Amino acid sequence: MSGPSTYEPKTGFTKWLDARLPVVRLGWDSFVDFPTPRNLNYWYTFGGILTVCLMIQIITGIVLAMHYVPHIDHAFASVQRIDRDVNYGWLVRSIHAVGASMFFLAVYMHIFRGLYYGSYKAPRELLWILGVVIYLLMMAAAFLGYVLPWGQMSYWGAMVITNLLGAFPIVGGPITEWLWGGFSVGNATLNRFFSLHYLIPFLIAGVVGLHVWALHVPGNNNPTGIEVKSNRDTLPFHPYYTSKDGFAIVLFMVIFAFFVFYWPDALGHSDNFIPADPLVTPALIVPEWYLLPFYAILRAVPDKLGGVLLMFGAIGILFVLPWLDTSKVRSMRYRPLARWFFGFFVLACLGLGWAGAELPDTPVPGLGAIGVDFLLMGRVLTVYYFAYFLVILPILGFVEKPSERPASIEESVLGSSSKSAPAAVPAE
Amino acid sequence: MRLIRTLFVAATGTLAAVGLASAAGEYRTPEDYRFSFEGPFSSFDRGAVQRGFYVFNQVCAACHSLDHLAIRHLGQPGGPFYDPDYPNPNDNPVVRAIAAEYIVEDGPDEFGDMFERPGRPADRFPAPYANEAQGRAANNGAYPPDLSIITRARHYGAPYVRSLMMGYGEEPPEGLTVGAGLYYNPYFPGGLIAMPPQFQDGLLTYNDGTEATVEQMATDVTEFLAWASDPHMEQRKRLGLMVMAYLVILCGLLFFTYRQVWSKVAH
Repeated sequence: MSGPSTYEPKTGFTKWLDARLPVVRLGWDSFVDFPTPRNLNYWYTFGGILTVCLMIQIITGIVLAMHYVPHIDHAFASVQRIDRDVNYGWLVRSIHAVGASMFFLAVYMHIFRGLYYGSYKAPRELLWILGVVIYLLMMAAAFLGYVLPWGQMSYWGAMVITNLLGAFPIVGGPITEWLWGGFSVGNATLNRFFSLHYLIPFLIAGVVGLHVWALHVPGNNNPTGIEVKSNRDTLPFHPYYTSKDGFAIVLFMVIFAFFVFYWPDALGHSDNFIPADPLVTPALIVPEWYLLPFYAILRAVPDKLGGVLLMFGAIGILFVLPWLDTSKVRSMRYRPLARWFFGFFVLACLGLGWAGAELPDTPVPGLGAIGVDFLLMGRVLTVYYFAYFLVILPILGFVEKPSERPASIEESVLGSSSKSAPAAVPAE
Repeated sequence: MRLIRTLFVAATGTLAAVGLASAAGEYRTPEDYRFSFEGPFSSFDRGAVQRGFYVFNQVCAACHSLDHLAIRHLGQPGGPFYDPDYPNPNDNPVVRAIAAEYIVEDGPDEFGDMFERPGRPADRFPAPYANEAQGRAANNGAYPPDLSIITRARHYGAPYVRSLMMGYGEEPPEGLTVGAGLYYNPYFPGGLIAMPPQFQDGLLTYNDGTEATVEQMATDVTEFLAWASDPHMEQRKRLGLMVMAYLVILCGLLFFTYRQVWSKVAH
């Protein structure tokens, strides 16, 4: 889709620059002239929203790092100082903390959109894989960042997660101690977590660059899943998608601001306002909401190593998804069976999140009478999670009869009447 | 407004049901109470925060620290003794008078000795105990928690603190043995708390004439602790209103821009 460049430098300076470093040409080709399918819906605005989220996290994070003290005796108090005494520190910290949740909210929308419209299929496998890498890095950054305030949930979350690595035979123990920088979660751990928490967002920014590059070679997928066939299928990115993305981004910011200003603690855990105490274990150790589904998968297995492998496998399986889905049809809009299984998959992920937030032996409301507790629910949904990728998608490609698809994006937009329209309509 | 509050309550209820509820032993859900600082346009009741500070100072401060607060915070915008005539709280005479009542250790002086002096607004609130071990020794092995962020550090927040302070005096349920140095309080996880009941009607005399009932003192001290936990709440909500208004208007304008841009193409 990246055809010949249409950029023409006009001034003396831009001509001079274009002959030496065609950076304006790159921007023009990527974000102004870039041909984009004309039928993208609002689900496709989350890429832009995520870019804004990343920038917000980096900018607020750099400011917070100026005031934060990465030491076990001072970290908690320094966070309180940011909230109380630093000018607008309460605002910056609130944006950063809420921003992490918003980032994940947007990335889940983005991932589910990709799953539904088959955006992982050829020729976009690498684009998808780079996205999974970004998601992994995000989870690492979020986990490390949650440790920094050094509250009870910070400490015990770090304890639980780092101890998971100890499940691996032989190498597990040494790796865990190497990660801790000692024989327990302590000051050395906090220091390196801070260092890595500062590093990872820039790694994410780098992979995002590759992600956008990999997007701009085959071009956007679209809700029909049909490749762009002529320039009548597309519109230039600017002003069409800058205006649409701009609207969506600000709408997202309204939700973001609501939490920042009116409900800043809603997405956190009250225990993290208690300073870390290695001698007092919280009654219920839970990760932030966006990691709960994986926590449920971890706990679904009675064996520790098995749980750890399954948890990593839940993300690892996304890397090979492009080769697991055997259907030739990209978009589930035209896959009558797959869309049902996809709907259940979304529900399964939400259910896993719920199961991850509860104690395993708590009965599920409404189902407790027939003996269903959250452990059982988590197990059933874990089976479905993996079955979706390993059984359902591979088999569906062979047994499903796709519904009729439009011949082109243009036809899906204008209806079949455009078939008979003269082909020589001048492009806009 | 009603809708926002309903949504708020519904969402809070859902979150609680989804499982943030602690499982550390059974405890009673705190009594619902409509504090002045709830809702998107609310502010603290300054009279209540001032009375609450009095209660804190007379009762709670004997055992509980307020580590993350300096005395000057009382006189900053949004604080209980803020006076627009004194934008710098260190100049505020009420705050200076409060500070002067504390004895603070300072030093070392030029001879290397520590010395004591009256407090200044810039000082932190002095802690009742030198360290945790001393605190435990003085309280039967239990350590009175720091109260700087207490309403944000408990799942039910301010209503929990209020109910806890009023929650003494019931007969413990059968099967629960109340050991020596412990008291039954149904709002405390597990029901057994090391803190003795603190309030009784008429324990204090408020100088604004308010009658110092147990409920009044519990409510006032909770209002003070809620301010201490979230001292920028009023500023946050005021700024939030402007930001939300700005974003909503911008959002509307961008929507019409988008419609205009796309009006000539089928999509």
